Amino acid sequence: MFVQQLMNGLILGSTYALIALGYTMVYGIIELINFAHGEIYMFGAFVGLILVTVLKVPFFLAFLLAMAASALLGITIEYLAYRPLRRSSRLAALISAIGASIFLSNLALLIMGSTPYNFPTPFEAKVYETPFFIISRVEILVLLSSLLLMIALTLIVQKTKIGKAMRAVAQDKDTASLMGININKIVTITFAIGSALGGAAGVMVGIYFRTVTPTMGLMPGLKGFVAAVVGGIGNIPGAMLGGILLGIAEVLGAAYISSQYRDAVAFALLILVLLLKPSGLLGKPVQEKV
Amino acid sequence: MLRVENVSTGYDNIRVLHQISLTVGEGEIVTLIGSNGVGKTTTLKTISGLLKPTEGKIYFNNRDISQLPPHEIVELGISHVPEGRNVFPRLTVKENLEMGAYTRKDKVEIKKDYARIMELFPQLAQRQKQVAGTLSGGEQQMLAIGRALMSRPRLLLLDEPSMGLAPLVVTSIFEIIKDINRQGTPILLVEQNAQIALRTAHRGYVMETGRIVMSDSARALLQNDRVRKTYLGE
Ligand SMILES: Nc1ncnc2c1ncn2[C@@H]1O[C@H](COP(=O)(O)OP(=O)(O)OP(=O)(O)O)[C@@H](O)[C@H]1O
Ligand SMILES: [Mg+2]
Repeated sequence: MFVQQLMNGLILGSTYALIALGYTMVYGIIELINFAHGEIYMFGAFVGLILVTVLKVPFFLAFLLAMAASALLGITIEYLAYRPLRRSSRLAALISAIGASIFLSNLALLIMGSTPYNFPTPFEAKVYETPFFIISRVEILVLLSSLLLMIALTLIVQKTKIGKAMRAVAQDKDTASLMGININKIVTITFAIGSALGGAAGVMVGIYFRTVTPTMGLMPGLKGFVAAVVGGIGNIPGAMLGGILLGIAEVLGAAYISSQYRDAVAFALLILVLLLKPSGLLGKPVQEKV
Repeated sequence: MLRVENVSTGYDNIRVLHQISLTVGEGEIVTLIGSNGVGKTTTLKTISGLLKPTEGKIYFNNRDISQLPPHEIVELGISHVPEGRNVFPRLTVKENLEMGAYTRKDKVEIKKDYARIMELFPQLAQRQKQVAGTLSGGEQQMLAIGRALMSRPRLLLLDEPSMGLAPLVVTSIFEIIKDINRQGTPILLVEQNAQIALRTAHRGYVMETGRIVMSDSARALLQNDRVRKTYLGE
């Protein structure tokens, strides 16, 4: 039973981790909380849904296309809502982010209406039993794709030239530009990758819970943000850890305390971590950042 | 090859540079000396594009670069080693050097240059996997210079390479600076340590509160009474 709960928490947590990565990558580069990230996640789910149900695109292709579309949306939001404010106060950028979020979720409500859509399972539901837990095909898919995406991201950030440039820009923009790095290009790439991961999470949650709604980005968006802060905002392994911890805490909380407190567990965890380690689990102490 | 003509600029509404002009020719080491806060760093930042001139022009090989963004100026061949050895603290020594070669695509040649820099700075060679933030001050300065060389610059801007370093380390860094120049790279050297700067450079400019007030051969400046009183403490 306990192992089963852990497993469920891990699956849910891996989707939070993907969402948290988008927040943390953007924050690492331009120190902005991209409040529209939850809407990018919702957008990814809708693109996947429409491709699969209306256009009959095979699921895996739809999944990749949804990621690409989410990346485009992320790039557009950055270009229209954040870039013009790059040299303004942080408050201005934050308000713009909240505005973008409200705009997008209302736009989705207007276009798609408020009735939930059913996301068909991409293949026949099959459940595998092991001595300790049971797991469905969809769950395996969610877990494996999250894992693969996280490994891919880590390799990109650690090993590729672009990844190293992203880290350089996060550490010192002026010096990075003196290396010949085009800062705007790196910001664009960061939004693209973070948003693609968010869109991937949207599709996965869509098939996992089988529903898609225009407001679905709200709670997971908030929880992804909490996960990023718990792990240490700006820190990529931190976002992965924070997401998975949050998923496990939530499932265990719902199982052993009360399912009514499901969402409250996330925020309790946030407060607890911030009290014990204000910079987050893997975050660096604030003074060191400068 | 570098020509700064009547350039003014500043921060927000405070004007820091007032119509400064200077040149750096092929093969030269030119130094810009002056006390704290007169605008030396600001001058270098304006050349490398971190700040834009509000008036005047900057030409590099006869091309107007006054309004180009920094990454394009780097591609033209100007490499700026910023003040206070701004290495990327959480990248390794190797990664820092790779960032220096960011604009280049010639992998084989990059490898050769990397090996050459390891020879030039043996201390760095032993620490290739160490994160740069944990290097000593002298090692960080070497890394910052090595990183700039990785771009194969056609002009090197150095901002106070002697800052905060022990005299022995300063001497060895300046030997390396001379070597780099002998191999053909022109250098614009900003220094507060006028003594060593004028001994290293061919020509010099003296800056006071945002204006160039003197310019001559380094040898002549070393013998100039005013320079000796104000900057050499004699
Ligand atoms: N980012 C900034 N914002 C506002 N003012 C600045 C900024 N950077 C420098 N200044 C001001 O511009 C003037 C020139 O500064 P600059 O750094 O160019 O001097 P410097 O000659 O390099 O001095 P030092 O020898 O101490 O490095 C100073 O009065 C400084 O206070
Ligand atoms: Mg200075």
